[in-house]
Amino acid sequence: MRAAILSLILLTGLLAGPPARAEETPPPACDVPASLLNSDSTLAKVAAAVKSGKPLNVLVVGSRSSTIASQEASAYPARLLEMLKEKLGPVPVNLSVEIQSGKTAEEVAATLVKLVEAKNPTLVIWQTGTYDAIRGIDPDDFRSAVDEGVAALQKAGVDVVLVNLQYSPRTETMTSVPPYLDNMRVVAQQHDIPLFDRFAIMRHWNDSGDFDLFSATHGVELAKRVHACLGRALTKFVIDTAHLDQAQQN
Amino acid sequence: MTSIADTINGRPRAESTAVRDVAETTAAPAITLPAVSERELRLDLFRGLALWLIFLDHLPNNIVAWLTIRNYGFSDATEIFIFISGYTAAFVYGRAMLQSGFVIASARILRRVWQIYVAHVFLFTIFLAEISYVATRFENPLYSEEMGIMDFLKQPDVAIIQALILRFRPVNLDVLPLYIVLMLFLPLILWLMKWKTDVTLVLSASLYALTWYFDWYLSAYPNGVWFFNPFAWQLLFVFGAWCALGGARRMSRILSSQVTLWICIAYLAFAFCVAMTWNFPTQLGFLMPKWLENWMYPVNKTDLDVLRFAHFLALAAITVRFLPRDWPPLKSIWLRPLILCGQHSLEIFCLGVFLAFAGHFVLAEVAGGPVMHVVISLAGILIMSGMAWVISWYKRSADKDAKKGAVGNADMAGGSL
Repeated sequence: MRAAILSLILLTGLLAGPPARAEETPPPACDVPASLLNSDSTLAKVAAAVKSGKPLNVLVVGSRSSTIASQEASAYPARLLEMLKEKLGPVPVNLSVEIQSGKTAEEVAATLVKLVEAKNPTLVIWQTGTYDAIRGIDPDDFRSAVDEGVAALQKAGVDVVLVNLQYSPRTETMTSVPPYLDNMRVVAQQHDIPLFDRFAIMRHWNDSGDFDLFSATHGVELAKRVHACLGRALTKFVIDTAHLDQAQQN
Repeated sequence: MTSIADTINGRPRAESTAVRDVAETTAAPAITLPAVSERELRLDLFRGLALWLIFLDHLPNNIVAWLTIRNYGFSDATEIFIFISGYTAAFVYGRAMLQSGFVIASARILRRVWQIYVAHVFLFTIFLAEISYVATRFENPLYSEEMGIMDFLKQPDVAIIQALILRFRPVNLDVLPLYIVLMLFLPLILWLMKWKTDVTLVLSASLYALTWYFDWYLSAYPNGVWFFNPFAWQLLFVFGAWCALGGARRMSRILSSQVTLWICIAYLAFAFCVAMTWNFPTQLGFLMPKWLENWMYPVNKTDLDVLRFAHFLALAAITVRFLPRDWPPLKSIWLRPLILCGQHSLEIFCLGVFLAFAGHFVLAEVAGGPVMHVVISLAGILIMSGMAWVISWYKRSADKDAKKGAVGNADMAGGSL
């Protein structure tokens, strides 16, 4: 029943198209505990850009779990753009998505500087880890790859948010995820950048019954709903860590 | 004063075959189970405990796993398991080597290695069944990337051969390959120890240090490395062997000193606090100084981080001190299940891995939730204990028959591990 309502809401949101200020677009069920959206780190460059009224350029670099096949408009990056626009009102927001599937963190890290030069973002959201976990890349190598990537981004003068792996209960006995989660946390701590804990958030949704992530569904609805919720959580995360609410009021 | 070493003077009961062989070569009327056989029950107890904890940790996202030691410090059940394995292996086969010589003892060790290898292949088959099932049934677009883990099914010929040569080891199937490699080198270790026990330990520590220095590893398939790096983890195994062959006795003065005690307590308390700030980053994370974080993290499990090794040493030192060998509860019925599991570690380990797979399957197909986690954890422990009881009942009766001469020795057990 709830699922039906949710998808209905989502559908109306979609039909209405992005310009519609549909506040109810994200399904209301997927709350995230505040502790999972807390970060000690800040996004100074994002805050400065918004404050000075400059356009906010966001670049999402991710793997296949940052998109939904043939439904890119429903994936979380698109949602993030929608909701950032909504929240930031007059500030122009641009977002580009760079999906590099089947690439290890090391391979992606090597491309980051070029991407920054090409797209000139204020904020890079880097989702990584899944492919490395699947391939069983040495966690040490993974860490140094993420570390180098983040360092290069910081050197290029952009804010960075790391997004970790999805919570995927079906494959839990097949992939060893914890080392990759831990290492991403360590890199985030060492560079003092925010980490969007997608894994913990999705696990929370699964445990609290918001979503049944064990589900063997072949349909795309569940993916769309999860991504809508992720987009909403990520929007809140970006706005909170950049303290944009205050910036807006100023 | 209690130390672990001076205590194993009787022969292990459940591993009677191994020791029986020794007895055959020394005293003529073999196969006598001495009435006073005093097995070091503490080793069994803690190996049993390690097996339970490994099972609980292998159940993904298990709420009961909050009871396991890995959440309260650096080391976890794997350290206990490998250390005790080294200890008992050296004890059983070390005697064999002294009494029957290098060749016979090595042959027996190799037979044991073969058993572990077969057990590993058996577990791999179960894993293959599980992953194939998921691959054919489960196609959620949300997880199209994660499903990449099944890609190896497209090349089963390569994957299976890589599994047979231990290069392809799926998650949770990492411990046995490590164990196989360590056991494979046991003849060499024992031979060296027979020559100079302490030098062997020094060599082992040097190998550990060089591994860290030069970043040695064993590569895995399709890429990556062995999750438990044998070059590093051998230190625990050799250290266990060293303790069994008299090292623990020689350490007894250090172990009984007050200074050691307080160092251990302080270190464990420190590890506990660090673990808490890691587990509750938002509530307690602020307590952790940045420089300490930068210096310490990540605590490397693959290469047996020295923090983990030290944590295990501290735990072991405190355990040995406060749990004397004749601790009365060791004989109590309540600890019996743990001890029985520890006495049949290979069988129970395999069963535990299988039960973790099965438990995950139930959680996925039937129902999830904390209650279900508790039920499955308890059921798993009950099944492991029940199985251990059946095995030891079988071994006892088989031994009895053998004693009567009714049946030949069909018991394949090659030793204690």
